[in-house]
Amino acid sequence: MALIEVQNVQIRGISACVPKKKVSTVELDFFTNKDAEIFIQNTGIVERYISEGDICASDLCLQAAEKILTELAWQKDEIDILIFVSQSSDYILPATSNLLQSRLGLSQNCYCLDISLGCSGYIYGLSLVSNLLQNSKFNKGLLLVGDTISTYTSKFDKSVYPLFGDAGTATAIEYEKHSNANWIFDIGSDGTGSDAIKIKAGGSRFRTNKNSFDLEYIDINDPSQGRRSSADLILNGIDVFNFAIKKAPNSIFNILKYVSKATDDIDYFFLHQANLFMNETIRKKLKVDKDKLPNSIQNFGNTNGASIPLTIVHTFNNFIQKNDFSVMLCGFGVGLSWGSVLLDLNKSLKTNMSYYHG
Amino acid sequence: MTKEEFLKGFQEQFDDTDVTQISFDTKFRELEEWSSMMALIIIAFIDEKYSKTLSGEDFKNCNTVEDLFQLLNNK
Repeated sequence: MALIEVQNVQIRGISACVPKKKVSTVELDFFTNKDAEIFIQNTGIVERYISEGDICASDLCLQAAEKILTELAWQKDEIDILIFVSQSSDYILPATSNLLQSRLGLSQNCYCLDISLGCSGYIYGLSLVSNLLQNSKFNKGLLLVGDTISTYTSKFDKSVYPLFGDAGTATAIEYEKHSNANWIFDIGSDGTGSDAIKIKAGGSRFRTNKNSFDLEYIDINDPSQGRRSSADLILNGIDVFNFAIKKAPNSIFNILKYVSKATDDIDYFFLHQANLFMNETIRKKLKVDKDKLPNSIQNFGNTNGASIPLTIVHTFNNFIQKNDFSVMLCGFGVGLSWGSVLLDLNKSLKTNMSYYHG
Repeated sequence: MTKEEFLKGFQEQFDDTDVTQISFDTKFRELEEWSSMMALIIIAFIDEKYSKTLSGEDFKNCNTVEDLFQLLNNK
């Protein structure tokens, strides 16, 4: 069990941006109406927003960042930290955070770093930004988490293509000397499960070549499963499911045990949004009511690392918050990697939701 | 775990399939209601009821309900 504690930090605002292009599950041509109905019932996914053309995760994050900076009236030269968490970077190199520093017009003294993590990335990003704020002279940090994973899925892979949506998010975090904030993190990694979610070609282990994009049958003995290329996302649903329904509750219980609290003491649980059935299974293990564990997968699909901040924005955007909320956030998936954090969301938290306007 | 309890539990996971269609010899992938999601539902049922984990590889090697039961019993 790895635990990190951070004090003197507060989330001031969270914003999310999705592409305009909406795809409904019932419109998918490889689904009959009955298939679509069953798929929606199990995964929860009714619709999602996907990136078209050359819209990158960084573009979505850029808009989300601009919106939250305006909302908070933060000046650009005040931003000390910019962390970009994504597995759909603009380039192999340079790092996208460097590009975003310049595109956002931030100071050259800004601490910029890319983190390559998916579903658990928001938690890792929070742990890094909060630690930097606590242990440096930095005051304001931006955590940008976004992905356009839909663009890495094969349209002919029925088990993967309908799952993923795209989104970019921005979380504004500030150092606060006299705060009673106490963030508690539990994090973990298990690389033995690295094959469970993978894009094989395109890195330096398997460079892309002229055959990388050839479509091949997923299972030669069962053509109905569809086709994908070595540059498309592979997802082994069973292994990911087994991992998630064990690690997510364990990680949350680790934190609760550490702070001597029960699930009843927590106002909201925000889980990574991969599959509604998976989150329902985890919710039953946590023994919490449905209204304490909001989901957004119905409207956005699985947006990888962006899913937790997107769900927070989706939940609180049209909602007058009267009190501070204690929230437990938990991300789990590709790596395999997981992380949870217990923190308070202040009643003055600003949220913003927008559609990408390019 | 009795064999009959397991079969009954397995049958209960299906919404649209008549229980008489599911016996120990049933090749579950050939059921009309079968899908990749059904695999997760069966795995959650086994996890909850028997606190045992079936991996993707385990699952691949099973064709009938009997195969699943035997595999579980040996875990």
